[in-house]
Amino acid sequence: MKIKAVVLTVLILVVYVLHQDFWNWNKAEPLVFGFLPVGLAYHAGYSILAAGLMAVLVKVAWPKHLENVQPRNPESTQDQKEKQG
Amino acid sequence: MIPVIVVGIYLVIIAVIGSVAFSRSKANTEDFFLANRAVGSMVFFLSIFATNMTAFAILGSSGQAYRQGIGIYGLMASSSGLVIPLTIFFIGTRLWAIGQRFGHQTQVAFFRDRWECSTIGTLIFALSVAMLVPYMIISIMGGGRVLNDISGGRVAYWLGCAIVALVVTINVFFGGMRGTVWVNIFQTTLFLIFGAVAVAVISHDLPGGFGEYIQKIAGNPKTGYLVTRQRMPERYFWSYTLIPLSSIMFPHMAIMCFAARKVTAFKRTVMLYPLAIMAIWLPCIFLGVLGTQLEPGLKNPDGILLHLLTDHAPVWLAGILGAGIISAVMGSDTHQVLAVSTMFTKDVFAHYGGKAKYGERGSVTFARGFILAVTGLAYLVALITPESIFELAVRFAFSGFAAMAPVMIAALFWKRSTKYGALASTLWVAAWLILTWYLQRLSDGTAPKPGQPPTLIFVALGHLFERSTANVTVYGFLPVVPMVLGSALLMILVSWVTPPPSKQTIDKYFETEMTQAQAPGPALQPTLTQGRLRPSV
Repeated sequence: MKIKAVVLTVLILVVYVLHQDFWNWNKAEPLVFGFLPVGLAYHAGYSILAAGLMAVLVKVAWPKHLENVQPRNPESTQDQKEKQG
Repeated sequence: MIPVIVVGIYLVIIAVIGSVAFSRSKANTEDFFLANRAVGSMVFFLSIFATNMTAFAILGSSGQAYRQGIGIYGLMASSSGLVIPLTIFFIGTRLWAIGQRFGHQTQVAFFRDRWECSTIGTLIFALSVAMLVPYMIISIMGGGRVLNDISGGRVAYWLGCAIVALVVTINVFFGGMRGTVWVNIFQTTLFLIFGAVAVAVISHDLPGGFGEYIQKIAGNPKTGYLVTRQRMPERYFWSYTLIPLSSIMFPHMAIMCFAARKVTAFKRTVMLYPLAIMAIWLPCIFLGVLGTQLEPGLKNPDGILLHLLTDHAPVWLAGILGAGIISAVMGSDTHQVLAVSTMFTKDVFAHYGGKAKYGERGSVTFARGFILAVTGLAYLVALITPESIFELAVRFAFSGFAAMAPVMIAALFWKRSTKYGALASTLWVAAWLILTWYLQRLSDGTAPKPGQPPTLIFVALGHLFERSTANVTVYGFLPVVPMVLGSALLMILVSWVTPPPSKQTIDKYFETEMTQAQAPGPALQPTLTQGRLRPSV
């Protein structure tokens, strides 16, 4: 469990660090697909990477325990009052 | 005239949807403010995305790209594509659970209960409203400006603002959260397809294709910076990665998290969020840069997309795309108005005795009256106040809300956090907002022109406070960096040396049910879920 948490934390940090792509800073070329400057194409790819990271988190680190959360005192919530009314 | 007619039809549809939602409403605050906590998965994604996307996502992003180039995408979009879904994943899901368990409808209600202190809630309420209201006003201004631009000046700015304020009011007044999320389905779909369609249409109209123009920009020493980040300091670029922490702290975003029917609704949202941001921002940034060649010398670059559409798209399509832009304006504005109304009703009116005296029905009536008053006031302020003041306030609001994120994280995940720690963080944020405002005003006269190095604000303090073209910086970093770090540090240090909340409160929020996997047995399952079966919105 702890190893999984460490691996995921490192993964998130690596993706976060990859945002600072200093190696593309002053480069326009190559033009990806013939028209996208490399710095822009990199960050478009980064967005896809972020989506991939989110998919991994949802798959392996989803807070499953929250799926069973119930009103602590159901009578106190307005929703329940309305139902009773 | 055709674009105006198309946009007019769109606005009527929005108002009608809000009115239809009225017929489904019940006279209690949970239904009015949170759609009975029954927003389904796909609607939740479309709605929370609309909540967070403003006119800036389309018009401002392309305008900034016109001025500063492709770096704007990494600066604002791809960083948001990582940080916002992370905050929704870690913070949004917990907020949802707390709302389900204890019936909270606002962040402030949670803070008050979590730290057994009404005052800290009131203080955070005051700071949040002070940061949110300018955002709401600028949305109305943005709507008025867009209608004015789309109509080629036929719809006056004051009238455009009035139309947007009126449609938002009808939508929220009658429909509450239900009307708002229904409208969001339509709005988000429109503005998500906006970018791809705009790129396709403009590309079709350019005989040489995009590559020729981009090579021309790259090959010209005067414009080469637009396709690189050579004018964007690395510290500035990194600082911006902290700004998206603000997203979940904006009251309208947090309140949306309370409205989901199930926690699983968050799954789709966090996975699709980065791609949805890309779908909007990438075409807008690209077209903004391209616009420097197709529409050179614009005095107001924020109108570049409207210029490109006018010149390169058929008029009917320009109208539909204009409706897409208006969608982005109004999607967030309706949530902002609803959030301000929710906070005043729950955190002030109800908290200080209004609910006990007037009941649930009275609270909803108060909320509706407040919506009329606040949008009317916002409209008047939008007419008489320069937009630049609110632009600045909104920029500061992003830093301010980002710096409040440690307070939320501590409340959710750290048992030992205390009201004094939260108080120290909140005062730190408020002090920095005032300081930054002062420094910004002080250095306006010495702000360097684009491409020039920053100037020292106080020579005796060296590089501590510098002024770039648009921002005050602290050793080259944006103020959000010391704000977030200081807020986190104060939360930790002050909490350590002050007494924690009672064991009863800590147990309430951190008992096993909230922190560990709980697998109810088959016999228990029907009972547990029985009380939660609500039809999705």
